[in-house]
Amino acid sequence: MIGNYPTGRQKGALIPMLLYAQDEIGQITEELIDEVSKRLSVNRVEIEEVLGYYTMLHREKRGKHHVQICTNVSCMLRGGEELWEHACGKLGIGNKQTTADGSVSLEEVECIGACSWAPAILVNYDFHFNVTPESLDALIEGLRTKQ
Amino acid sequence: MLLNQPHPLETRVLTRRFEYPQKNPIWVDEFVAKQGYEGFRKALGMSPDEIIEEVKKSSLRGRGGAGFPTGLKWSFVDRKSSKPKYVVVNGDEGEPGTCKDRVLIEHDPHRLIEGCLICARAIGAERGWVYIRGEYRFHIDILDKAIAEAYERGYLGENILGSGMTFHLSTHTGAGSYECGEESALLESLEGKRGNPRLKPPFPATVGAFQCPTTVNNVETFCAVPDILLNGGDWYHALGTPKNGGTRMVCLSGHINNPGVYEVPLGFNMKRLIEEIGGGVWKGRKLKAVIPGGSSSPILTADEVDIPADYDSLAKAGSMLGSGATMVCDETTDMVKLLARVMKFYAHESCGWCIPCREGTAWLAKILARMDEGAGMTRDIDMIDQLATSMFGRTFCALGDAAAMPTMSIVRKFRNEFEAKIGSTEVFVPAPGTQPLVVL
Repeated sequence: MIGNYPTGRQKGALIPMLLYAQDEIGQITEELIDEVSKRLSVNRVEIEEVLGYYTMLHREKRGKHHVQICTNVSCMLRGGEELWEHACGKLGIGNKQTTADGSVSLEEVECIGACSWAPAILVNYDFHFNVTPESLDALIEGLRTKQ
Repeated sequence: MLLNQPHPLETRVLTRRFEYPQKNPIWVDEFVAKQGYEGFRKALGMSPDEIIEEVKKSSLRGRGGAGFPTGLKWSFVDRKSSKPKYVVVNGDEGEPGTCKDRVLIEHDPHRLIEGCLICARAIGAERGWVYIRGEYRFHIDILDKAIAEAYERGYLGENILGSGMTFHLSTHTGAGSYECGEESALLESLEGKRGNPRLKPPFPATVGAFQCPTTVNNVETFCAVPDILLNGGDWYHALGTPKNGGTRMVCLSGHINNPGVYEVPLGFNMKRLIEEIGGGVWKGRKLKAVIPGGSSSPILTADEVDIPADYDSLAKAGSMLGSGATMVCDETTDMVKLLARVMKFYAHESCGWCIPCREGTAWLAKILARMDEGAGMTRDIDMIDQLATSMFGRTFCALGDAAAMPTMSIVRKFRNEFEAKIGSTEVFVPAPGTQPLVVL
């Protein structure tokens, strides 16, 4: 990955490296920051800066299935907010919270670029389109049994 | 694969290889069999100036939102500079309502690679990156596979097709930031930093990625280039209207019967787009308003949409073509709620680099949320307008403008709804002795 950036400019790999590593271990840990800092020769503070900025990078542990519901305009016009309320009620958790068994976490997200198939949700990296409260119920049941 | 049924009124250039339904991306064999990389082969026989001249003739304008002429942008790159030159593809696609770049990458990934190669040839670049938003991991994987295929077949790497040209391309994932769709913030992000915009000038053509001359274009812009080379700039220009060449992808969403991504010529009438291609407003309701180019563009009322949709006509109508996101609102839409949601987005996505935007979006979001909940005050309406006006044109990048433009247009065109929302509820009365937080 470092080879994709000009010599001496390996810091370019920072964000992809953090995100791909996070996907494998589930969250950004102190050890990960140290490791990335060593590999790219960047200061820890430069990594902290980036962590505070990008919404997809997170230090807290999330559920095995991270359900992201879009409530931005296109989704809102077709029931995204109702979907969000429904999901909160069903799971008994709020924004950026995880169920007690650690299986599902919930986040209200901004536009995920699936506007023509709204309302849309993301489960980890999988898109689900034209979601209804009923299909969301079925989806969540499926995720919980899959563990 | 995502795709709506093709519509007979579409003009298919970028989507001409798409099939319905299409199960897999068009991989290299099929791509080459359908005229793939032929535009690039033609470009190899041309000088950089000739390529740029052809793109200029096509009147192709940036499809990311700003609509800057692409040929002109390429000509600004200093080819004689001793520094390396870079090609950067903007696939951040964060503008609410926009979902076209993903369709292009998902179905025909080699077309994007071919567009990058032609640009690289024109500006003398040997390295490029495709910056794709983090949520599109699926699309990054498709493009990575297509890039690997291109390396295998000798379309990327060293001595491409025996021409002596070198070009390396790789994907670069974003990590969830709307602001990184702004070209200079995108370059910061590419360098591994926070996505704060840079002061311009210097523009990326002079000082871009890693301080080197860089061309940044939208995915759709690059995808249009192969056919321009193949069939000529004049051919492409003739598809659209004067100064607005070619076709564009539109993403129909909201209260419409057939939402989807379609390809239409520039200048295609917006009313016909909604009624004929989109199948009209859903549930037999009446049209109230259209957001023609993503949530950053000023709103058009139902009476204003009977216009040709190209950059110049929409600018004349006081709005913008933006990124092709057309959001349709039916008569039941609550405009106060809509604007409150739009502003919540901008307040969330403001990078905080400059004050008018950081403070303006946050205060507007608070005032609008209060008003939406029914606790608005009459003076709020003017304050919303005033805050947006004072934010407009006073920020580093266009995010401040993007938040101000819809605000000003909605509060002015639908003022009655704001007034009604206040009139229908009890006026908020602060506790006795409370000092106002802000006095304007």
